[in-house]
Amino acid sequence: MALDATTATAGPAMAPARPGLTLQRFARRRSTIAFLMALPLITVIAGLVAWPAGYAIYLSTLNRRMTSFIGLGNFEILLDSETFLMVIWQSCFFAITAVVLKALLGFWLAHQLHHIPTKGQRIWRGLLLLPWVVPPALSTLGWWWMFDPSYSSLNWILNAIGAPSVPWLGEPWWARISVIIVNVWAGTPFFMIMYLAALKSVPDQLYEAAAIDGATGWQGLRYVTLPMMRNIISITVLFSLIVTFANYDIVRVLTNGGPRDLTHVFASYAFQVGVLAGNIPRGAAVSLFMFPLLAIVAFFVLRGVNQRSKEMA
Amino acid sequence: MAQVSIRKVVKEYEGGVQAVKGIDLEIADHEFVVLVGPSGCGKSTTLRMIAGLEEISGGEIAIGGGVVNDIPPRDRDIAMVFQNYALYPHMTVYDNMAFGLMLRKFDKAEIRRRVENAARILDIGMLLDRKPKALSGGQRQRVAMGRAIVRDPKVFLFDEPLSNLDAKLRVQMRTEIKKVHQTVKTTTIYVTHDQIEAMTLADRVVVMNHGVIEQVGPPTELYHRPATKFVAGFIGSPAMNFIPARLEHGSGALNIHLPDNIVLPVPEERRSRYASYAGKEVLFGIRPEHLTEIRPNDHRPNLAPLHLTPEVVEPMGMETLVHIWLQGTEISARIDPAIPAEPGRPLALAADMGQMHLIDPQTDRMI
Repeated sequence: MALDATTATAGPAMAPARPGLTLQRFARRRSTIAFLMALPLITVIAGLVAWPAGYAIYLSTLNRRMTSFIGLGNFEILLDSETFLMVIWQSCFFAITAVVLKALLGFWLAHQLHHIPTKGQRIWRGLLLLPWVVPPALSTLGWWWMFDPSYSSLNWILNAIGAPSVPWLGEPWWARISVIIVNVWAGTPFFMIMYLAALKSVPDQLYEAAAIDGATGWQGLRYVTLPMMRNIISITVLFSLIVTFANYDIVRVLTNGGPRDLTHVFASYAFQVGVLAGNIPRGAAVSLFMFPLLAIVAFFVLRGVNQRSKEMA
Repeated sequence: MAQVSIRKVVKEYEGGVQAVKGIDLEIADHEFVVLVGPSGCGKSTTLRMIAGLEEISGGEIAIGGGVVNDIPPRDRDIAMVFQNYALYPHMTVYDNMAFGLMLRKFDKAEIRRRVENAARILDIGMLLDRKPKALSGGQRQRVAMGRAIVRDPKVFLFDEPLSNLDAKLRVQMRTEIKKVHQTVKTTTIYVTHDQIEAMTLADRVVVMNHGVIEQVGPPTELYHRPATKFVAGFIGSPAMNFIPARLEHGSGALNIHLPDNIVLPVPEERRSRYASYAGKEVLFGIRPEHLTEIRPNDHRPNLAPLHLTPEVVEPMGMETLVHIWLQGTEISARIDPAIPAEPGRPLALAADMGQMHLIDPQTDRMI
């Protein structure tokens, strides 16, 4: 009763001053200002990410002529297709092998660079970043020439040291390896630069403490460096996994999915099915296959990163 | 546990800058030695050379009799506590403390026994499962000490371990460190720039300046019988007063002539020591605690009265510090808080000449 009475009296008495004040207060709230400032970015993300993603989902549920809704029909057909199962396998093999190699090579290079005095480090850092900054379509053309069956410079070197020629792009396994080589060549500098930054952020005193605790160089790396870099390693690997899974240009330029569709990855196969073969809904379904796989990986990686940041930072 | 010998040790950096200029020091087994000095005096570099974290440019360092110049830190059997603790942030307190033992392939049960024992000594038993981030500064410092204790090394090295703590915690941890040393008795070398830490902790204090050792000795000796002006000024807080003076013979006595026509008599027993400096410029040194008010029934011999006018008065509670300017030289005196002191009002003070020092301004050494 008392509560009712208070509400009843307070309401009408305050009413005339309220609307202007409330609106002003709402506009001044930090969360409102933050939202307004983020709005341009939200609009860009909504327009360039959310809408195409939603549209792709919608497309994947249509028939080839995009005239009727067929639900998960496209996905069922894809999972029955031997070629597509091969694409899933090849995509996973390509992405995982390439990312592991990039991570290992990137770490090794970063470790080497870290031990070069700062003065000499700059030139090496610049040189080693080159593969990453050259547009991949162009650099892949260079590689294509090096792999070319008639003019392969790599084969020329192999022959010069007495080894036989390698059918770089003509034989399925060599073609897969070639695609991975080019991806690793182009992507390693990204890992290197991220790991170099991470290495620089590990305080020297931790290494000194480890050295006094009795750690050898290898033990210092295993028990201090790597655990301290885990978050950077996780995020770099996740980011690279996403980009490598979605890689299109290297496969397109180097093998165009061949020989016999054996080097296709999700993106190149989606392009082939959707654009070249004219079945846009099925092409959309192919590209959507990556999403659940990556979402699961991203969830666990980011959860780990979050947990470690809370414990360590 | 072991003795540490530092013989003619030099540290020279690129470009010929010498941080340590050929120092000699013998540290006995179980001894607690504090290296003290201002920033850049070479104390931390010396400690890091003992630890093996810095190469030795010349001379040799021996731990437990064996020269360790070319032995890596892990094989020197030393443990070090760093200024910013250097705890591994990804490990729990237990793992931080157990890490050194794990690397040395100790049995798991033995590791547990040692960690729990150290945790008991340092009262951090309830923190063993926490990560360093969840600890306060004082707790982190304890863990860093625990990491050193569990190893039971030949020598403990402390590199300004209390510098990152607030004043109250610093005093508390100082006591803890002393208590730990009384319990484990490991030879300890401790670096600090804080002379109070040096005085309270050390069996012997090593005062360093510009890469050389100025004086080595027990804290009280350094306080009462400093060898140089630097040591006299560095040890003691507030610092010793240094006043330009002239030594003169007069009416059968030896007198010190200070600015403002103040004349103080040299005690009889010191006259022969100072006689050769008669007629020369010297520096008169006296600690603020030896420049006090005239107390009733004061039986201290050699008290010389003097009237001075303070310009700044600082009541500290247990004492009052008064600051006086004598022709551009600031001097301080410690007086009883009950004495009413005011800026601008002359005070009747007494200098305890039995505690005076004279410094040769040419050499900066005590006469």
